[in-house]
Amino acid sequence: MSACYRMKNIDSISHVRGESLYVDDIPETGGTLHAVVFPSPSAHGVIKRLDTSHATNLRGVQAVLTAPDIPGENQIGGVIPDEPLFAEDKVEFIGQPVALIVASDEATARKARKLIHIEIEELEPITDARHAFEKSMFLSPPQTFSSGDIKKALEECEYVFEGNCESGGQEHMYIEGQASYAYPGEKGSIRIVSSTQGPTHVQKTAAAVLGLPMHLIEVDVNRLGGGFGGKEDQATAYACMAALAVVKLNKPVKLVLHRLDDMMMTGKRHPYSADFKIGLSADLRILAYQARLYQNGGAAADLSPAILDRSLFHSTNAYYIPNTQVTAYSCKTNLPPNTAFRGFGGPQGMFVIESAIARAAHELGTEARTIQEKNFLRNGDLFQYGQKATGASIKKCYRIASKEFRVSELASEIRTFNKKNRVQKKGMAMMPVCFGISFTNKQMNQARALVHIYQDGSVGVSTGAVEMGQGVNTKIVQVVAKALSIDPARIKIETTNTTRVSNTSPTAASSGADLNGKAAEIACSRLVSRLKNAVAKKLGTKSSDVTIGEKGVMLNGKPAGILWEEAVKDAYRERVCLSEQGHYATPGVEFDKSIAKGQPFAYHVYGVAFVTVIVDCLRGTYTVESVNIAHDFGSSMNPEIDLGQVEGALMQGIGWMTMEELAWDKNGRYLSNSLSTYKVPDIYSAPLEVNCTPLPSRGHRKAILRSKAIGEPPLMYGIGTYFALQNAITAFNPSYRPDFNAPLTPEKVLMRLYSRHS
Amino acid sequence: MVSFILNEREINTEAAAGSSLLDFIRRHERLVGTKSGCREGDCGACTVLEGRLKNGRIEYRSIVSCLSPLGNAHGKHIVTIEGINCRELSPAQKAIADNGGTQCGFCTPGFVMSLTAFSLQNQPPLPARAIEAMSGNICRCTGYKSIERAAETISEIIRDKNLDNPLGWLVSRGFLPSYFTSIPERLAAIDPPAQTDATGSTVIAGGTDILVQKPDETSESDTLLLFDDKELKEIRLTNDRIIIGASVTASGIMNSQLLKTKIPRLYEYFRLISSEPVRNMGTIGGNICNASPIADLVIFFMALDAHIDIKDPNKEGERSIPLKDLYRGYKELDLHEGEIVKQLHFRATKADLLFNFEKVSKRRMLDIASVNSAMSARLTKGILQDVRLTMGGVAPVPLFLDKCSSFLNGRRPGVETILECNQVLQEEISPISDIRGSKEYKRLLARQLLAAHFTVLFPEYTKSGNLIERLLQDEKH
Repeated sequence: MSACYRMKNIDSISHVRGESLYVDDIPETGGTLHAVVFPSPSAHGVIKRLDTSHATNLRGVQAVLTAPDIPGENQIGGVIPDEPLFAEDKVEFIGQPVALIVASDEATARKARKLIHIEIEELEPITDARHAFEKSMFLSPPQTFSSGDIKKALEECEYVFEGNCESGGQEHMYIEGQASYAYPGEKGSIRIVSSTQGPTHVQKTAAAVLGLPMHLIEVDVNRLGGGFGGKEDQATAYACMAALAVVKLNKPVKLVLHRLDDMMMTGKRHPYSADFKIGLSADLRILAYQARLYQNGGAAADLSPAILDRSLFHSTNAYYIPNTQVTAYSCKTNLPPNTAFRGFGGPQGMFVIESAIARAAHELGTEARTIQEKNFLRNGDLFQYGQKATGASIKKCYRIASKEFRVSELASEIRTFNKKNRVQKKGMAMMPVCFGISFTNKQMNQARALVHIYQDGSVGVSTGAVEMGQGVNTKIVQVVAKALSIDPARIKIETTNTTRVSNTSPTAASSGADLNGKAAEIACSRLVSRLKNAVAKKLGTKSSDVTIGEKGVMLNGKPAGILWEEAVKDAYRERVCLSEQGHYATPGVEFDKSIAKGQPFAYHVYGVAFVTVIVDCLRGTYTVESVNIAHDFGSSMNPEIDLGQVEGALMQGIGWMTMEELAWDKNGRYLSNSLSTYKVPDIYSAPLEVNCTPLPSRGHRKAILRSKAIGEPPLMYGIGTYFALQNAITAFNPSYRPDFNAPLTPEKVLMRLYSRHS
Repeated sequence: MVSFILNEREINTEAAAGSSLLDFIRRHERLVGTKSGCREGDCGACTVLEGRLKNGRIEYRSIVSCLSPLGNAHGKHIVTIEGINCRELSPAQKAIADNGGTQCGFCTPGFVMSLTAFSLQNQPPLPARAIEAMSGNICRCTGYKSIERAAETISEIIRDKNLDNPLGWLVSRGFLPSYFTSIPERLAAIDPPAQTDATGSTVIAGGTDILVQKPDETSESDTLLLFDDKELKEIRLTNDRIIIGASVTASGIMNSQLLKTKIPRLYEYFRLISSEPVRNMGTIGGNICNASPIADLVIFFMALDAHIDIKDPNKEGERSIPLKDLYRGYKELDLHEGEIVKQLHFRATKADLLFNFEKVSKRRMLDIASVNSAMSARLTKGILQDVRLTMGGVAPVPLFLDKCSSFLNGRRPGVETILECNQVLQEEISPISDIRGSKEYKRLLARQLLAAHFTVLFPEYTKSGNLIERLLQDEKH
């Protein structure tokens, strides 16, 4: 086991001292201007007149920029070119950027914003995915995954149940909002410091918008105050605007969104609506599953098509279902373009199959768990997309969790509790998770790392990974420390910068540590072999006889009296290259979208959670009492960081299922537009107990140091909360017929506790 | 001129008194460890400490700097994360770092300041109290379990605190840098603020509503700052009436020994109201005058038959009206131009007065109520008397339920009474659908909270009669 196994997040100390720097904390250079976005006040309409003259004339305002000011393309769509930077002739959502006001300070810019007049001929807005579907408003073509013969299977099933379900969107609520700071350089170059998960996406898009080659745009990212997917694509627009202002004014420009602007303008997790049909055999094997998913994509594609795909990839969750047919539609609505959010469509897909199982269980008068455990994936089973399940540890996770957390006893305690108590009811549910690791877009599964060993033996590492709290930089320090056999104190992780590491994939899909860690590992192993050769040459021996690291040079296992820094200096004198770039491309991943078959994932992460809740049936309020998890970490390289990811993702999943509720009025105006109207979990919302037991495992070779990706999978444990609450409601009010409409807010809980029947 | 001590340094600034302390800290002083997260007091990333002299001793508490008008800092010690950094990590910092309580780090300085505030206060050294100190801090990364572990660590350490010399003890244990010990002396040397002409001013108390609603305008207007007006800061008992000055904060009420003796569950009720740093700022006068239909403090004190005294600082005399008569329509007050609320008072409750407060919101804590309600009553020989029932979120104003209260007087508390009273209740309320819930929900919740009052106040009367079964069958909600 690596020495740094118990390493703290390397940012912990500067974090608790308030010394970590985020975009808005960078000392401002002289003459810095501040920008504010003027958003569309209308969800759908044609711009008839835009008058920015009063704003421009306000003292302190330097410029008001609109679409005609863009020297390159007015286009920022990442997957599909369907999103202008500034609305030109039409507006498609409230909050869509129309103009950028640049002024000497933010207050002046905000004041000027009120002086802009826009006249819009209103068109009917669509906010609902099914409504858009009826009108054939799509962002991309529908996609279908299927296996077996669904028609035949449904006919042969002993039981068939159908229903529909809804899952709501979710605000990312990174506490640091979207932020960028751009500076003019020489010869037309621009440096953008951005709070983005995708530096290359910012670079590429800014270049296109400004009509410049990519090499004139440098993007630098120090760290993010939270991302969660919300800064994968959506940091780009604001970085481009700041860069545009720099081009126009030749002065540094900062654009930091006010929270209210951020919430109004940026996309969120996609709300989904779905219809399902599930067919079971007499012994409760799921033989058939048919579903239609309606994704509410918002006004532009953003990452919606890829998110749609992942909903399909995970539409059967951790179950083997021989006959499937799942079709998903990406529907265009007049909401901000919805975007990546931890889980990336996976949670929405899983909620549908879990709803279908809950419906079947209710109708059959059995527990969902009975159906769930009968249908777990086994090694060799085919996913509907053609990949064969290997290392399918779901059943093992289930067995470990059941034993470790005394699930049968817990279940019977709950039954007893519910018999004895009339006002309070408890409910429990199991949530299994199977999540595929890799970008499903093959080309993105690559990364580079640049490792410098300096003459004093200290080491600087640049990769394409962006640190946003997930601990990727700490993991890369661990990788490098292990690969070079040196003390982590010698290693510094540099900012993520497009001039040092180019063509980066966004830090997303839980893959940051795998891809960038492997690239760093490759670079380090080459450096080690060069250093060893140099040392061997000096000692007049074979390089296989020497090792080098923190303890200095060892010759056949004995100290050779040469310190690490001396060996490095010697190598430098001998003109050995002490810098190396590693390139890693995940082997063996392949997916043919046209037939929806292939091997899209390097591996899968498995786990099982049991969620227990208690409901106050007088007030409709509730508490998550415990979440007991058995999770397949592989061989965790840093249990503290990985546990932090489990606990944090779980809380977001619980929030998504319970209190986090987006609301729009019929005109497409966002009502839950602030922290006082959109509630994310606070410290009192945390489950009273979270227990997480690791599945004993040697890990997966495609995972960095055999430690499996951790960012997203645990979020989906939170889905269990929905069904646990539902079970508690049923215990109180037997005439309630379970319905599936997340989040299950205290309002919805109380209405269901006292509903006669639905 | 606003004069105060920021960390170790004395500040004398001409910056606008109504501008936000956060902007002064970050933009003017470039102390960027204090973060801006939401600018409405709902995330706690901008939490700082505010120390003020009281009877020669210094008292510290946490505040959210985004909603604190700069002028309220006058004569105080404002401490940012930079102001507590020593060479080694403080125990609060260490507890968070060691327990994995920081991920992206953006919210972390706020959590550290809240934990530091906890260690400075004279509170029971319990993990629950340390957690309460962080009730205003949102973390989107950790899921809080690691932060709970940090709270346990700190409350353990604080147990040994020397209560005779807390500052000295905290300095010696590395919680605070040594300059803290000279702060009381330095604060005493700051002159009180110059009197300003009150005419035509924007009246600000704690700032927790006005700096959310119109921060830009407030920073540009003349201000009349009431927060530190000594006349408005007291809670006292006079002639059998408890008087609460308009600038007493929610925390001031929550921690009042006098009020605790009259309302035993005071602390538990007030935990449902906002968060600790906002309670440290928000005043009862502000809550009354903001006139929100779900104003927690108004709902609370109306049920205690509170009256308010109103005066015009530029005129002689004052007038007194029942609190319930202040509200004429949505955000419409019986308050003339230039008048301010001076104080609230109510009869000191006798031992036999029963009181309960209920609040349900989407998130249990640090949220605005969907419906809140308070009830006070006496039970004499099994008969209800002096019933006062209030409810928020069900009308354009915080509602005194006149009809329900009259209906309940003279009846026996029991399941039938609840159900019959609900019929009156449903006539008396007029909720609308909004972000806090649909009108159908609010009607149902109104009934449930009525029932909840009875199950809390008269458990022996509601045990029988199958309350729950009757509620399940009841058509009227």
